[in-house]
Amino acid sequence: MIDFSVLLTNSLAQLVGTSAVFYALLALGLNVHFGYTGLLNFGQIGFALVGGYGMGIAVTRFGFPLWGGVLFGMACGAALGVLLGIPTLRLRADYLAIVTIAAAEILRLVTRSTSQTDLTGGTQGLTGYADAFTAANPFDRPEYSYLGVGFVRTELWAICAGWTAVALCVLLLWLIVRSPWGRVLKAIREDEDAARALGKNVFAYKIQSLVLGGVMGALGGIFYALSVQSLTPDFWSPPQTFFAYCALILGGAGRVLGPVIGAMLFWAFLSFADGLLRQATGGTDPLIGFIDTQDVGAIRFVLVGIFLVLLMVYRPQGIFGNRREMTLDAR
Amino acid sequence: MPADEAVRAALAGVAPEPGAAKPDPILVVDDVTRAFGGLKAVDVAHLEIQRGAITGLIGPNGAGKTTLFNLLTGFDRPGSGRWRFDGRPLHGLAPHRVARRGVVRTFQLTKALAKLSVLDNMRLGAPKQTGESFFGALLTPWGRQEKANTEKAHELLVRFQLDAKADDLAGSLSGGQRKLLEMARALMMDPTVIMLDEPMAGVNPALTESLLRHVKSLRDDGMTVVFVEHDMDVIRDISDWVVVMAQGTVIAEGPPEALSSNKDVVDAYLGAHHDRALEFDAEGNPIGETAELVTEMESVELGVDPSQTPTAQSVGLDRPDRGERT
Repeated sequence: MIDFSVLLTNSLAQLVGTSAVFYALLALGLNVHFGYTGLLNFGQIGFALVGGYGMGIAVTRFGFPLWGGVLFGMACGAALGVLLGIPTLRLRADYLAIVTIAAAEILRLVTRSTSQTDLTGGTQGLTGYADAFTAANPFDRPEYSYLGVGFVRTELWAICAGWTAVALCVLLLWLIVRSPWGRVLKAIREDEDAARALGKNVFAYKIQSLVLGGVMGALGGIFYALSVQSLTPDFWSPPQTFFAYCALILGGAGRVLGPVIGAMLFWAFLSFADGLLRQATGGTDPLIGFIDTQDVGAIRFVLVGIFLVLLMVYRPQGIFGNRREMTLDAR
Repeated sequence: MPADEAVRAALAGVAPEPGAAKPDPILVVDDVTRAFGGLKAVDVAHLEIQRGAITGLIGPNGAGKTTLFNLLTGFDRPGSGRWRFDGRPLHGLAPHRVARRGVVRTFQLTKALAKLSVLDNMRLGAPKQTGESFFGALLTPWGRQEKANTEKAHELLVRFQLDAKADDLAGSLSGGQRKLLEMARALMMDPTVIMLDEPMAGVNPALTESLLRHVKSLRDDGMTVVFVEHDMDVIRDISDWVVVMAQGTVIAEGPPEALSSNKDVVDAYLGAHHDRALEFDAEGNPIGETAELVTEMESVELGVDPSQTPTAQSVGLDRPDRGERT
């Protein structure tokens, strides 16, 4: 039999867990790019990588204090935004998509290259940058339990710090998208020539958007690096960007809270599907005999895929989106 | 004296010929060319636009009207050329800088920002907003400016009969209303010159009258209006001066009344042979001069020298039983 209480508590843990925080930060950045400005950034994980590694390298190799490392990591994300934006943002939208996905892969491959072992740790990874973060942990009991969901103290500390970062990003975004600045971004998304004809410097706004969203992505990378306490290059692979896009579309692009709720539900659902399949296929008398327990890791994504397809059919605007906006023709 | 009569009076002494000098030009264009591959889309030697007038820019499809618009407003880069606005060079400027100088355009395919409300479309047009810079949006009190812009937007919406739609998404407007919105939005910038690219295209005839009235009112407010249009009746009705383009060049200029009698204009629209009476026999075959013309046109198409094909029969155009023709 399937134990639903275990499934629910596991899902609840994922709803607020470190994965949700990580993808929420990535998706918040993508929301600035794609949801508000219409920029197709397919390399958000690259921004996270420079954030995480920027902080890790600054702290371990150059002796930065942790806060200095965090700022340095965010600056790396901003710099990557400018670097990628300058050659591509004057061109059609597709070029940015191609360049960003390529740049993210180049960054991953360079990071894992043995030639960079002295700097990035290569395939061995990078550790020892998070000591100050661990030491600052205010939770002193080994384990805490809320609503039947247990957290070890390191995880709880990471989650609290992470959600604080998410909350600050949401607040910033909420303030900025309802300002005239945000209005210009939306105008660029709708029709950049119209924005130009009204005297707006479209290129400058696109760079700013890329930088702002990139810094949020970098923050995601920094958070991940601090929560797992070790950096390995192959974590930063292209699918991560697409998970973040899933979270964004699920929640509703162009809505402040969309990506956050989307990331939470995405991971809760993934955990639920995983737990359900494991229980259904495991044990001595499995409910589903034709699927091997070892395949569950892959098949849960099939379930998530089906779920997303159904969502696109019945609620294409996402959870927070506005259906009327979706159905408007472009002109 | 009303604005339209004053403008007509000022233009009365101007010779109706391409490149004519105007008494008070606001926009002066020199030697502008733009080629797409081997095709010269625009090749304008000299053109002056009178301040405070409504100048209509007409010409058959592919005459280069919109390309000229794109060049003058910075949306396209010319092969060569200079143009001055109020004595200051305007060429080489990015589109947003051209707009900030006071030369604001609209588009042939209306660019209403569909997922923004009508009011937000309008507020976007306001220039010099402190809240439009990233840090300005976060750190300066832009609320008061926003309020003033909103009031101005409402006034303009009332003038363009869109006030009832202020909170609707612009994407829900009809084609004609979008044209009105685009015009109103351009006015938020307080332009000196407003360039309208086919303001009547795709507009319900019932709205055309009101659109025309609005265009006239722009001039009465002291703006210079340049607009592209196909419809000759519209041109005659509202323009003070008409510039005719064909195949990239300005072929004629003059007051609208003089247009229909201008041979170059009629030729450009209808072809050079339009005024020849066509003759056909009872079976609908061309005879006489018409037959010769057909031969000539066919041989040009076939790439054959017409002198080598003396009659239409030799290329199989005519029936053999038409001996009486010669």
